[in-house]
Amino acid sequence: MTFSINLLSDLQEMLSYAFMQHAFEAGTIVAIIAGITGYFVVLRRSAFTAHAFSEIGFAGAAGAVLLGIPPIAGLLLGSSIGGFAIAALGRRAANRDTQIGIVLAFALGLGLLFISLYSGYATQAYSILFGQILGISNDQVLLTLAAGVAILASVGVIYRPLLFASLDEDVAEAKGLPMLFLGTVFMLLVAVAVSFSIQVTGVLLIFSLIVTPAATAQYLARRPQRAMIVSVAIALGATWSGLFVAYYTPFPVSFFITAFVFGLYLLVRLARLGIKPAKAPIANL
Amino acid sequence: MNITAIRVPEAVVESSLIAAENLTAGYQEKIVWRDANFAIGRGELVAVIGPNGAGKTTLFRLLLGLQRPITGTIRVFGEQPKRGNPRIGYVPQRHAIDSETNIEAQELVRLGLSGKRWGFNPFSHEDHDAAHAALGAVDGSELAHRPLGVLSGGELQRIFLAEALVSNPDLLLLDEPLSNLDMKRESDLLHLVNGVVHARGVTALLIAHNINPLLPHLDKVIYIANGKVATGKPEQVLTSDSLTALYGVQVEVMRDSKGNVAIIGVEEHLRR
Repeated sequence: MTFSINLLSDLQEMLSYAFMQHAFEAGTIVAIIAGITGYFVVLRRSAFTAHAFSEIGFAGAAGAVLLGIPPIAGLLLGSSIGGFAIAALGRRAANRDTQIGIVLAFALGLGLLFISLYSGYATQAYSILFGQILGISNDQVLLTLAAGVAILASVGVIYRPLLFASLDEDVAEAKGLPMLFLGTVFMLLVAVAVSFSIQVTGVLLIFSLIVTPAATAQYLARRPQRAMIVSVAIALGATWSGLFVAYYTPFPVSFFITAFVFGLYLLVRLARLGIKPAKAPIANL
Repeated sequence: MNITAIRVPEAVVESSLIAAENLTAGYQEKIVWRDANFAIGRGELVAVIGPNGAGKTTLFRLLLGLQRPITGTIRVFGEQPKRGNPRIGYVPQRHAIDSETNIEAQELVRLGLSGKRWGFNPFSHEDHDAAHAALGAVDGSELAHRPLGVLSGGELQRIFLAEALVSNPDLLLLDEPLSNLDMKRESDLLHLVNGVVHARGVTALLIAHNINPLLPHLDKVIYIANGKVATGKPEQVLTSDSLTALYGVQVEVMRDSKGNVAIIGVEEHLRR
């Protein structure tokens, strides 16, 4: 496990371990779905809602651990229930920060109870909260792949109506788009994307893949499709380099992912401040 | 003279673009206004005015099919309004765009045409050409690649107008397009709307607070106040008698040498 100047041989050595292979595979799929759904999360100003899903998912995952079933089942169940509830209350409900905050505090508390009931064993809780990408099994990779394909296919189908509904809600409604349906599908997509992203970043660092790459991409590209591609590229770059660097250091992968996306965001904001007087885009993507 | 009591002749109703008969609007428990009778023809520019909360947007919601009449009938293009009518272009008052929205203006205009399409179809030359033409019609070609978040109020209204025009509608519904515009931009936008109405033969209903900048362009006025609706030519509706009948209190309509109207006696109704 020593770092050499030849990055290719480093990578080859790294990927000879099954756990690193799985980490790269799952990390790649998660970065793609997080980058894409994250674009809509940022566009619809639903970041706090996405975080709430993550924490309701935590309660579900902790409950699953207690019952001896896979945490991902609890994550999906918890966050999807949250998704349905918020979608049923309507778009404006997604902006009710206070109520969502109250529910997510309770969800975290519930998760804590489940964890302490589980004979006080803390490792599981720690990995759900902060990510466990190095412990992903082959089956989990396949499940992540299936979820990734489902999310991409769904976004492909609802892409334009969802973009329209996100950008100009009243006109989209008048044009006859099914707003409740779109809102519900979107919330479920976010719930699933969040659940699988938690494998990589954990519950508490979920924004590093769902929000930061998309928020950065928004500044770099003015067309939605291009912004999504940039968002995915940032999430991918951060995940891969996070895994790479963490392999040679004793520090956790999710820290490096968070640090990379944050550093890039900062850089982009600062660069924009510098060129603001000219009102020019950083890159005319 | 009580304009609300005038019945619209059958023949006029048949040939008109919008026709309301004994129309009462509101929500489950609350009636907003009642017994409206009016007909709007093709190519007319109509101002919808009245105090806040009088039910101007409610009229738009009825025309868009987002809300059903409580009693009476309303017909648009001779049919009961249905949500998703492609012949109507709509510019609402509320938009989700803020200074952080870093999306090119032309993307929004394009969605006016392609936003209803399911499936991933990234490039369409027809959409591009139609958006280009719509932007041209609102003098907005130079705004095409600017981010929505940096546009001024007047520029945004032009983009919204282009978004509404891109699908070639026969009826335009503009909800308070002049709010937040200074007098110069207000007059520019009105000339633009007026030009579009005449060049394309579309009918436009425009909700506004101040009738005066509109007066030179108007064919009709729909005045909503006090739970009632008065409709007619501006010189018919904007009279002391007709507004006194509408408000139910003594109202005086004054005109200055330029033809500007001041309505005295209902200031508290009109104040924002």
